[in-house]
Amino acid sequence: MQARRLLGTIILIAGTLLLIFSIGLSIIYGVSDISLSTVWNSIFHYDATNTSHQIIQRLRLPRAVAAVLIGAMLAASGAIMQGMTRNPLASPQIMGVTSGATFMIAIALVFLPGLSNVHLLFFAFAGAGLGLGLVFGVGLLARTGLTPVKLALAGTAITALLGSFSNTMAIHFDVARDLSFWYAGGVANVQWDTVKLLFPAAVIGMILALFISGSVTTLSLGEDVATGLGLKTGAVKVAGVLVVLILTGAAISVGGTIGFVGLVIPHITRFIVGPDYRWIIPCSAILGGILLNFADILSRMVNPPFETPVGALTALIGVPFFIYLARREGKNI
Amino acid sequence: MIHSTKKTSIAAISIIAAILIIFFISLNTGTIPIGPADVIKTLLGTGDGSYDVILFDFRLPRMVIALLIGIGMGIAGAILQGVSQNGLADPGILGINAGAGFAVVLYIFFLQDQLAGSGNLQVFIMPIFAFAGAFLAAGLVYTLAWKKGITPVRLILVGIGINAAFGGLIIVFQLMMEPKDFTQATVWLNGSIWQTSWNYVLALLPWIVLLVPFAMYKAKALNVLTLGDQLATGVGAPVQKERTLLLLTAVGLAGACVSVGGAITFLGLVAPHLARRIVGPNHKHQLPICALIGALIMLVADTLSRTLLAPSEIPIGLVVSAIGAPYFIYLLIKE
Repeated sequence: MQARRLLGTIILIAGTLLLIFSIGLSIIYGVSDISLSTVWNSIFHYDATNTSHQIIQRLRLPRAVAAVLIGAMLAASGAIMQGMTRNPLASPQIMGVTSGATFMIAIALVFLPGLSNVHLLFFAFAGAGLGLGLVFGVGLLARTGLTPVKLALAGTAITALLGSFSNTMAIHFDVARDLSFWYAGGVANVQWDTVKLLFPAAVIGMILALFISGSVTTLSLGEDVATGLGLKTGAVKVAGVLVVLILTGAAISVGGTIGFVGLVIPHITRFIVGPDYRWIIPCSAILGGILLNFADILSRMVNPPFETPVGALTALIGVPFFIYLARREGKNI
Repeated sequence: MIHSTKKTSIAAISIIAAILIIFFISLNTGTIPIGPADVIKTLLGTGDGSYDVILFDFRLPRMVIALLIGIGMGIAGAILQGVSQNGLADPGILGINAGAGFAVVLYIFFLQDQLAGSGNLQVFIMPIFAFAGAFLAAGLVYTLAWKKGITPVRLILVGIGINAAFGGLIIVFQLMMEPKDFTQATVWLNGSIWQTSWNYVLALLPWIVLLVPFAMYKAKALNVLTLGDQLATGVGAPVQKERTLLLLTAVGLAGACVSVGGAITFLGLVAPHLARRIVGPNHKHQLPICALIGALIMLVADTLSRTLLAPSEIPIGLVVSAIGAPYFIYLLIKE
């Protein structure tokens, strides 16, 4: 226990430093290279006539901040999903969040073409809620309640259903390419107006997440045990769903589908810091932020000057680790 | 036992009747509707020949392919669910769809334009790529999941991982495509009987004819595997060998179906569930019913995909999902 806390503390401190370093790296690396001193000056002695300063302030910095926030949000909400449902595969894809968001974006693209990105965010957010609501709705209607398998089955079914609607619309109205660009969007074109919407969601979501983290730990022991220990499981679940919705909804709205961060990072974190969600959630957030920011930097390096979808990279980074875990201790995943 | 055999027969006869009825209705419908009398005349060769091309060159091969894919995917799904002891398993989960999809996307991206104009050969190249991709992915999943044998949990988990990796690669290449190629790839990835000719029927038929009876012959082994490894080993079954054999069968079936029909998901998930619900867990009864249900679903889906938004077509895989998912959710709630 002691050792795990130490490891957790190390992640929180060293991770934060690495996070800051990665933001710096993200800012200096790009089509036009920028020196660190210019970065420093642009932040503390901003000169509106300096092109480099403008690039940093208007493009690079919001992008780096968004990557960190989205990575942290996805990882934290993945951790909550996995803890609450005791379902090792719980992640935005399984829980219908992604397919719901994609569905609403498809509707927006088809019926309200020319919406601004900020408006699209609201559609994606509503869609995330729709998907999550449907999956949980099915789970709640099911006679034996929200067993992990039922939830995963419900998620798969809802994803297939919403996916078929969105793709039919996309193909029929010829917006498949636009939809895919949103889907694989990542943080490449994020600007401050978007970050301004993302930031409050991240802060509120994280505070709530930390607030319920102890209860999530209890819930992760199983519903019966949790009830036996006097936990109001219903209230925790409602709060958990709300937090997941805020975190993933906002993250997906801005970044499109970024897979595997929400699935793999909590596993890695649990492996390091143990089963206590008061540690898992904040450590997941830090590690998720680091992972996504590095993935975003990598996405610019793979095939310059073109950008590779960051979601594809997180999958490629996440998969080997996932398989390693699967081989190592299949039962605990 | 006698009771469930009777139940299976009744179910089989009802489903076959439904298939026949819908088959006939489906022959009437499409962008150009053909009256029942004309359909019968044309089929009997006594028509005036005006519908020959539509029926014999377009509708019939397509419907036959749909039926064959339904049978193949249904059986493949049932095997995978039995072998993995997981009701979530479906050919998609073992990376078969994703592997095939990736190979097809690579083909469209790199080779299609170079090979354009090579005529008849062209028609067969894409399915070959798809089939190779399906097998490669399944082989990769199997190899990575192997650790002194295969356990169901590892198989599923590794499958999910490999699926995601291919999914990522597909998006990378797709987004670099020209819009025309992009649409072609999207339609294929969503499951579409994109080309219709008797050649495809001939390409698919041997797989179905060989592997489906083999799967039925192996029904008992599948029953034993469903008990779980310990029990299965306890009753003296060579667990790893049977599992490998059955997996190969499933991959062969699904790979062949995907190569002709595109990535049709959800059929392999729904058909076995429905079959189990009707005739119970014994694979001797379950597999034939599962094949018939798969065929029925595909036939209905094909009919709808041609008529719902006519004259434009919806990929059949999307229709399968739209039909399968609600029923699946209903089952989930009710059980």
